[in-house]
Amino acid sequence: MSETEPLSLYVPEPEFRPGDTPDYSDVKIAAAGEVDRPALNAKADDIRELAYPIIRVLNRDGKAVGPWADMLSAEELREGLRDMLKVRAFDARMQMAQRQGKTSFYMQCLGEEAIATAFRKALKPGDMNFPTYRQQGLLIADDYPIVEMMNQIYSNGADPLKGRQLPIMYSSKKHGFFTISGNLATQFIQAVGWAMGSAIAGDTKIAAGWIGDGSTAESDFHSALVFASCYRAPVVLNIVNNQWAISTFQGIARGKAATFASRGLGFGIPSLRVDGNDYLAVYAVSKWAIDRARQGLGPTLIEHVTYRAGAHSTSDDPSAYRPKEESDAWPLGDPVERLKTHLIGLGEWSEERHTQTKAEIESKIVQAQKEAESHGTLHDGDKPLVRDMFEDVFEVTPPHLLAQRQEAGY
Amino acid sequence: MIKAVNSALDNMMARDEKVVIFGEDVGYFGGVFRCTEGLQEKYGAQRCFDSPINESGIIGAAIGMAAYGMRPCVEIQFADYMYPGYDQLTQEAARIRYRSDHDFTAPMTVRMPTGGGIFGGQTHSQSPEALFAHVSGLKTVIPSNPYDAKGLLIASIEDNDPVIFLEPKRLYNGPFDGHHDRPITPWSKHELGDVPEDYYSIPLGKAAIRREGADVTVLAYGTMVYVAETAAEETGIDAEVIDLRTILPYDLETIQTSVEKTGRCVIVHEATKTCGFGSELMSLVQENCFYHLEAPIIRVTGYDTPYPHAHEWEYFPGPARVGEALKKVMEAA
Repeated sequence: MSETEPLSLYVPEPEFRPGDTPDYSDVKIAAAGEVDRPALNAKADDIRELAYPIIRVLNRDGKAVGPWADMLSAEELREGLRDMLKVRAFDARMQMAQRQGKTSFYMQCLGEEAIATAFRKALKPGDMNFPTYRQQGLLIADDYPIVEMMNQIYSNGADPLKGRQLPIMYSSKKHGFFTISGNLATQFIQAVGWAMGSAIAGDTKIAAGWIGDGSTAESDFHSALVFASCYRAPVVLNIVNNQWAISTFQGIARGKAATFASRGLGFGIPSLRVDGNDYLAVYAVSKWAIDRARQGLGPTLIEHVTYRAGAHSTSDDPSAYRPKEESDAWPLGDPVERLKTHLIGLGEWSEERHTQTKAEIESKIVQAQKEAESHGTLHDGDKPLVRDMFEDVFEVTPPHLLAQRQEAGY
Repeated sequence: MIKAVNSALDNMMARDEKVVIFGEDVGYFGGVFRCTEGLQEKYGAQRCFDSPINESGIIGAAIGMAAYGMRPCVEIQFADYMYPGYDQLTQEAARIRYRSDHDFTAPMTVRMPTGGGIFGGQTHSQSPEALFAHVSGLKTVIPSNPYDAKGLLIASIEDNDPVIFLEPKRLYNGPFDGHHDRPITPWSKHELGDVPEDYYSIPLGKAAIRREGADVTVLAYGTMVYVAETAAEETGIDAEVIDLRTILPYDLETIQTSVEKTGRCVIVHEATKTCGFGSELMSLVQENCFYHLEAPIIRVTGYDTPYPHAHEWEYFPGPARVGEALKKVMEAA
């Protein structure tokens, strides 16, 4: 007779599924201002506790409090608000354009606007991001032309990438935005390699890697942490935890254990969690990590805690796997509303100015869209040259490929 | 050939401070095959260093470094270990130029010892060249001798696209003719073992005719070049042995000229047969030289099994098997 019960496999499940009433009242979230701000040269071992609570600056009343506050001027905050509004308006138009059949695919970052826009603000020109598909805010906050983004999304005659890439897979060296792969996690280790290059060259530039909660399960995440910790690469490794990897809740990548940030602890990498819906907190934590990297103090892992308020992509319907009310019940609120409330509280913004600014931004986006559409959309108007399909596979097109191009009649 | 590889790396590190070497055991120790010996001491640990045992990390980091503006030349300890990095090679390194409209590029070289004949079993003997040739955006080079190894490696490092540089490990110590039971001939006794110390390069994409002949064209690369030469000598068949040197881009002109002259073709490689690079060569010859052919093309390759340990020499396409193919292709009408 055996006393051992038969084994059974544990499969994590999210708290709420469609039909449930989401309730996060028991979720422990640190109050704004509660988490310490360590010295830049703090040793990873001495700040291990930062991998668990969420660093927040804006409290419930919209006031900036605690050691991570007061890093941005009112004008900089207004810029941040405008950046987020621009991202949101851009997303809305492009989402609609996809529904109208003007392109094949789109991915919005609704609810996550603060992360990329605030991070971009903390970088310097020449620094390089290795983004995922949900960091359009990096480009927009760096004033990359909206029309160019749309041309890329439409794969039209003016597409800077000549119709070679899936919509939203932008690329711009000038704007510190590495060509998006579309494969997950692969670019996390590339960011580390870029940073190692900068260090070998004796440069002062730093790199930033980006990855989603779901993709931290990929082995390239591990590769990036191994290399970053081994060579103390000047890199900031960002995890955007938006709770959902398509239909898979973040507990599948995390195993309902610890936090994503705490994955960095075993590597001796300072690891922090930040409220990703708090523009001021994202900026402050990003700046801390970026400064550390630039001062040769090594890598930092940041988990930006947020919520994917929209669908994964235009090919996804979240109502099939999560309650519709979950987004509203999410305890960290909306990044745009929170920054707006803060600025109004400071006397630096008003409802009227907000409404007016929003309208101005929307009108500029509509204008840009008209201009982009004058160069065509996916199925109408100008298209990239077919000949360009054969270019840039190599620096010099080899004979076999040249023969294929000629045979095809281009 | 190890010295030739080392000399190429040494030359390039001296000429271009952007050339950086890393990989498993390549730093202080100088590599398990000694190809990077002395380089860390000469150029410092920032230019030649050990990496974690993580091939996707080695290749992924090299991509980022190359995109930054360096010219990494990384070592994968055995080609068999490459698979964890294959995603990084095929979907990242190979496509960065294309997908960014050449705003970003990945000028990097990935060196890997390839092939069997050292009793390495299935995880130290593979010849995965076809897996690279199949990928648009990668160049694949396989030298057959020290002189070429140096010139081609220099050209690979200078190339502005990612290059896979496969070093046939059975050739590291001499021009192996496939007779494993005979003493090893050192490179010092071979004219192509004479490697100048100074810089020189050999263009990628150009084949070399190793043995001129009138009866049959043998297409080979790496270890199989000497096996083919030996088979020709032993059978007395006047074979023209072509050493492809670069399998992608390949040198169709040299292949075509030769096959049109001889009217017969044997293709030899150590890799498995099905979808091996020989399949591509066969297609090319058929497409371009069909009306000149006097006999069906024959492939002599490794078998479609994992590389065995005990029966390595039964697996290896040695001079006897190549010789049989030469006779057969000559007997055909």
